[in-house]
Amino acid sequence: MAVKKFVVGNFDDEAVLFPAVKKVRRAGYKIHEVFTPFPIHGLDKAMGLRDTSLHTAGFIYGITGTSIAVGFITWALTSDWPIVFGGKPFFAFPAWIPITFELTVLMASVGMVLTFCYLCQLAPFVKKDHFNPRSTDDLFVMALECTDKTNDAEVVSFLQNAGAKDVKVEQRETGWWIGRYDKDEKVS
Amino acid sequence: MALLRYESQVRPPLVEGNKDYHQVTEDICRPVEARPTRAWWIGFTISVLFLIFGIVSVTMEVIYGTGQWNLHKTIGWGYDITNFVWWIGIGHAGTLISAILLLFRQGWRTGVNRAAEAMTIFAVICAGQFPIWHMGRVWVAFFTLPYPNTRGPLWVNFNSPLLWDVFAISTYFTVSLLFWYSGLLPDLATLRDRAKAKWRKMFYGVAAFGWTGSTKHWQRHEALSLVLAGLSTPLVLSVHTIVSFDFATSVVPGWHTTIFPPYFVAGAIFSGFAMVQTLLVVTRKVLRLEEYITIEHIDVMNKVIVLTGSIVGIAYLTELFIAIYGANDYEGFAFLENRVNLNSPYGWSYYIMMGCNVLSPQIFWIRKMRRNVLLTFFMSILINIGMWFERFVIIVTSVYRDYLPSAWATYYTPTIWEVGFYLGTFGLFFTCYFLFSKFFPVIALAEIKHILKRSGDQQKRDMAEVEKEKLDDFVGHHGHDHGA
Repeated sequence: MAVKKFVVGNFDDEAVLFPAVKKVRRAGYKIHEVFTPFPIHGLDKAMGLRDTSLHTAGFIYGITGTSIAVGFITWALTSDWPIVFGGKPFFAFPAWIPITFELTVLMASVGMVLTFCYLCQLAPFVKKDHFNPRSTDDLFVMALECTDKTNDAEVVSFLQNAGAKDVKVEQRETGWWIGRYDKDEKVS
Repeated sequence: MALLRYESQVRPPLVEGNKDYHQVTEDICRPVEARPTRAWWIGFTISVLFLIFGIVSVTMEVIYGTGQWNLHKTIGWGYDITNFVWWIGIGHAGTLISAILLLFRQGWRTGVNRAAEAMTIFAVICAGQFPIWHMGRVWVAFFTLPYPNTRGPLWVNFNSPLLWDVFAISTYFTVSLLFWYSGLLPDLATLRDRAKAKWRKMFYGVAAFGWTGSTKHWQRHEALSLVLAGLSTPLVLSVHTIVSFDFATSVVPGWHTTIFPPYFVAGAIFSGFAMVQTLLVVTRKVLRLEEYITIEHIDVMNKVIVLTGSIVGIAYLTELFIAIYGANDYEGFAFLENRVNLNSPYGWSYYIMMGCNVLSPQIFWIRKMRRNVLLTFFMSILINIGMWFERFVIIVTSVYRDYLPSAWATYYTPTIWEVGFYLGTFGLFFTCYFLFSKFFPVIALAEIKHILKRSGDQQKRDMAEVEKEKLDDFVGHHGHDHGA
């Protein structure tokens, strides 16, 4: 969590934003973040972000659920306390499929949602600076991080040429902190 | 870019009235940000009164035991389990709309999915009440969970469909809730950023979990929704399959049939869509969201209703045919004597079921009828009544005359507390729905914006121009440029 300087460009059309992202990257500027009101397919590729491995995590959680269900029921009904239910064998695997399936889905879903929240740092009372409140309404906000060497004016005019409607140089807090949105606290 | 967003003219626009992104936000947030109307207060108060009646009824049952209900040795599952299956069936449409239609890339789901998912969650909460309080000694309800206890430990019977139900319904509830809430996060963030009042900023700030809408978040969010949809699709089918196993695995004539799982699932979708129609036809009118939940949406859902209603009809007839053709005396008696025979004590309920579920939805083969809002509302109520009677027919007419004629029960009438419990769940359901429609956006904001450039009014007109071009020009003008 540090306060840094950013050049923030606001776009009002994703069709303009898309080529702008490419131009900015080609020019060698570092995109800190692009905030959009809805998912734009392909923007992650255009920004050069790597694919998420959330799917893989979900698979692992699912397999864990399957193993726990089969392992536990097998142990409980064949070794810990074997009981004859309706003349079925102790190891009545077909009858365990429903619970195995449910536990697989449960573990995969809960695990994935928790992982998602962890990776994106989402939780109640978490506060983040997202540069422009209208980025959850109708604006597409691109933030470029400035270093000591950056020529702010040059970046501003570059973004304006790329189609940004409104470009500003702003001091913004990065990362997340515990806070409430009705209070205007800053950490550093 | 144009080619990427191409959608045929044949599909009517899903968002009417020439909206831009900001207008979408305004329209959908308006009901949440305005003060509650008088109609809202009246509806909410009535719901809470019903809820209180339900709480009193349940309290009576807890104090005096299940003897407060008119169940006895012959009819051990009556009103209570009928209501359970009815509610859980209703709770299937939301996940069907949000998960299965997402996988099938049905754009129209975006207008109705949020409200339908909420409805699912509330319906599952209502459904869960019935088996829980039916236990009688509800304070030991946790005995259904496999936890290390001091009785051995004695584990629960993992081979029993009733235990499968515990797992299926709790999993279904959890997954539906996660799916719904993860989808809500971006929309809650929109409300948070628009908030003026202090309590709103705080409430939506906490509820939105600090959502920012950064590209990386959206990328993960999309991955999450897709996988959750993939998991929920078999889940939603499994839940009602398992509910049907409660019946199908028992050796009771009328229950012991292999057709039950697909028949129950089709019935669940059927009744669920009917409930979605009931709620949305009113919601779109009251909250003035007709441009987002269009006649087109109602039309499409009515098509699903006529399809599933017909599947249910085929299932009824198949079951009846097999009862006759199978030449099993007990099975034949359960169907021909207890159900089809109009002079038998419950014969009438079989015909209500047939009339409401099989015959009446056939009217939706006619396009004009599908697009009639008033008729849709009326039909949705009729179908909900019919589906309640389906469960009543299955449960009561199968058990009231069992193998031992001396144990036959003549008539089963619910007590006031059984009825009160049922009405109470209506109170619970609508209380939740009223609160939801007041504090949460009833339409998925971000998803509507996502399809706006493809299925909005203006975009459709632009596409009409594009479609007039010759193919070569079309490719030349709108090639695969990715906007470079």
